[in-house]
Amino acid sequence: MSTGARTNWLRELIRKPYFWGVVAIFALLALNVLKDPNYLALSVNPVNGNLVGNVVDILRASAPILMIAVGMSLVIATGGIDLSVGSVMAVSGAVAMVFMKDAGQSGSLGVALGAIGLALLVSAVLGAINGVLVAYIGLQPFISTLIMMLAGRGIAKVITEGQNTSATNDPFRWIANGFVVGLPVVFLLAIVIVIIVGLVVRRSALGLMIEAIGINPKASRMAGIKPSGLLLTVYILSAVLAGIAGIMSVGTVMTVDVSRTGYQMELDAILAVVIGGTSLAGGKFSIGGAVVGALLIATLDKTIVFLGISSSATPAFKAIVIVVLCLLQSERVRSWFSQRRKPPRPTSAPTSVPPTQQKQEVTA
Amino acid sequence: MNAMDAATRPVVEMTGITVDIGGTTVLHEVDLRLFAGEVHALMGGNGAGKSSLVKALSGAYRIDVGEVRIDGETVVLAGPAEAEAAGVAAAFQDVDLCGNLSIAENVMIGHEERRWYGISWAATRRRAASVLDELGLGDLDPRQAVATLPPAIQQLVAIARAMVTHPKVLVLDEPTSSLDVDEVATLFRALRRLREHGVAILFVSHFLEQVYAISDRITVLRDGHGQGEYATRELDRAVLISKMIGKDLVELRRIGSDRRAHRVDPKGTPVFRAVGVGRRGEFEATDFELHRGEVVGLGGLRGSGRTEFGQLLTGVVRNDSGSFQIDGRSVGLPNPATALRHRIAFASEDRRDGGIIEELSVRENIILALQAIRGWARPVSHAERDALVERFVESFGIVAPGLDAPARQLSGGNQQKVLLARWLATRPHVLVLDEPTRGIDIASKVEIQARVAEMARDGMAVVFISSELDEVVRLSDRIAIFKDRRKIGEVSNGPGLNVDTIIEMIAADDEDDA
Repeated sequence: MSTGARTNWLRELIRKPYFWGVVAIFALLALNVLKDPNYLALSVNPVNGNLVGNVVDILRASAPILMIAVGMSLVIATGGIDLSVGSVMAVSGAVAMVFMKDAGQSGSLGVALGAIGLALLVSAVLGAINGVLVAYIGLQPFISTLIMMLAGRGIAKVITEGQNTSATNDPFRWIANGFVVGLPVVFLLAIVIVIIVGLVVRRSALGLMIEAIGINPKASRMAGIKPSGLLLTVYILSAVLAGIAGIMSVGTVMTVDVSRTGYQMELDAILAVVIGGTSLAGGKFSIGGAVVGALLIATLDKTIVFLGISSSATPAFKAIVIVVLCLLQSERVRSWFSQRRKPPRPTSAPTSVPPTQQKQEVTA
Repeated sequence: MNAMDAATRPVVEMTGITVDIGGTTVLHEVDLRLFAGEVHALMGGNGAGKSSLVKALSGAYRIDVGEVRIDGETVVLAGPAEAEAAGVAAAFQDVDLCGNLSIAENVMIGHEERRWYGISWAATRRRAASVLDELGLGDLDPRQAVATLPPAIQQLVAIARAMVTHPKVLVLDEPTSSLDVDEVATLFRALRRLREHGVAILFVSHFLEQVYAISDRITVLRDGHGQGEYATRELDRAVLISKMIGKDLVELRRIGSDRRAHRVDPKGTPVFRAVGVGRRGEFEATDFELHRGEVVGLGGLRGSGRTEFGQLLTGVVRNDSGSFQIDGRSVGLPNPATALRHRIAFASEDRRDGGIIEELSVRENIILALQAIRGWARPVSHAERDALVERFVESFGIVAPGLDAPARQLSGGNQQKVLLARWLATRPHVLVLDEPTRGIDIASKVEIQARVAEMARDGMAVVFISSELDEVVRLSDRIAIFKDRRKIGEVSNGPGLNVDTIIEMIAADDEDDA
């Protein structure tokens, strides 16, 4: 790669709205390296050949956030919001766990597939209810999905009869804890799903139409776009992705805790979308940005644990990081920066970290 | 001595103003002087930089090079608030009001009357009423929500808002583009009163006659360059037009005679037919026919129901009586999507609210309707899209910072062309054009009228709605005349028919009623 191409690529990256999200991920990793120089070390488990390390943990933890963040970015692009994704995760997890508990047969792939299918079907129904309320009844998305957020937890409790429900099923467990070519299945699965959604949205005209109705619903209608079907599709998609997130989430411990599973995850998803540079006012969206946002949230969560920040200070720490990010993204602060530094030099953070990373790998 | 100063020294002196927007220089070293007690008209074609200069003066655009002096002192207009503090108030081209707030709230926003206990709404309303009264809108109830007002009155409310601070300089960007004759007269009365009080008024308009009626001085812009400052009474209309566009009205005459040469007599099955179509409270049921290659003008005053009828024909507003036939087959037109699928397109008069999608690129805006017809699963390929876009950009002469730039960055006339391209990309059989030439300059008007004539020659049936009756007469084969939300008659165009004939028909209808 020539140096010219390299700087162009960097310049492109800097202009992306999620540039600061990328910087923040590296900054957090650097912070962790300061505390423990071996933080980024990866090792290979000699027994099964799987990669082990903090970064692998982060990727694993990011999977469910990736799912709901991608769904949320589409919903937000239409000018709506989906507050119910956390609750849908709980419902999906509850359906899967109860199904497998009743079915038994801990080794059966069929039972696992049945659990997944049923969980996603129920999620899709919940998403369809959101979609119908928004698109056909004309309720505000905030209200419709707030109702579903409250109702969802209730539904999950009814399904599990209020108990934390555990089950054993090896294929199901493999989704959350297994490895393929040394990498966690759950992360690979998430990336594959994100790529599929991204391709479908951008290779078809779905993305364009979603943006159009998000920017100007009236003008879009005049241009012959029917918003109802699109909105319904988007809310169903968001709920199905939340259902997958729920499966990933309960699969880790093979237990659904109806009051904890997916708790406040909708906020993580919204934050991920905002960090990714999609405006809450709707319109232009970025799947890549949502991915960066989701990875950042996962890194942040793991960093908080790693640095041993007390649980009471956790929300404040998270809030500070996100406020700083939003400040860095704001047009005003950016123009202030560009006026300070006359020649906008490529920021050193992304280039300086990989060498550190390499060094860590050598020492490991 | 002070009086002498005020008479000779400009209130505002902008020199060498250069403005760069996203890498494109929209103004090159432009000068502008505004004098107290004068109306100064800013003239120029689309993309000439009129709006940019207005935005630079009102603090919305950052000035890259150049100097602004107000009352002789150099000022930096970093934002609308600074501009307002310096005594510059503006009412913009597109009405920017909060529809759900009352008239008083809109007029007084930011200037509410405060007492020790907070805002006194009674006093605020009284002051709003007095400002409105100055504009001749004393009969409006300041408590009424702005959204319920007709667009013309909204425009006047926006001007009232600019006048609350008693500015030294009042900037009006296309204030009359949505006003009818009476409302323009009302506005001009208010402007003359302000002029007598020593306010310097910058008046941006496309209407030549209005500029001559109200202005004392004219500055002309073309392609972001100043073309000089002139005293209005010393500037000949033909000279002004040539300064603006370098073309003259010969072109328009050519379109007119061309149309007459290709005049179509309606024969055979109409391509589109509306039988008893109406909607209660909006438009009285009526019949309407369109033949291939025909241009039918809808004549009538603003508010006569022309737009409503155009919307009924295209599914934008659903009819509650009557039926439609396309090539003799009965169809329903419940929404624009269905109408577009039947190759019936409606180009809205409101290009911001009902047309352009500002954050989408020029390309995306052009293919949007075509894409909507095909559905999301069958995307318009890049090759097809680029070919379409290239063709329209070239043939319409669309000027844009880039085809991937947001449509927001285009001037009004160019947005209008993008929209026309959007509808033509669907290859409509019937095209309803609602005020396609509203708020755009003469050069683009000529182009758009020529384009309408050409489309008709190619076999499209065109419904042409315009407030400018001379345009309607020039282009139409047939004219349907509207009044008070019903069709009062139709006339075939021909030698003998002119603007006065139509006005007489509208007036005569009144006598019949009486």
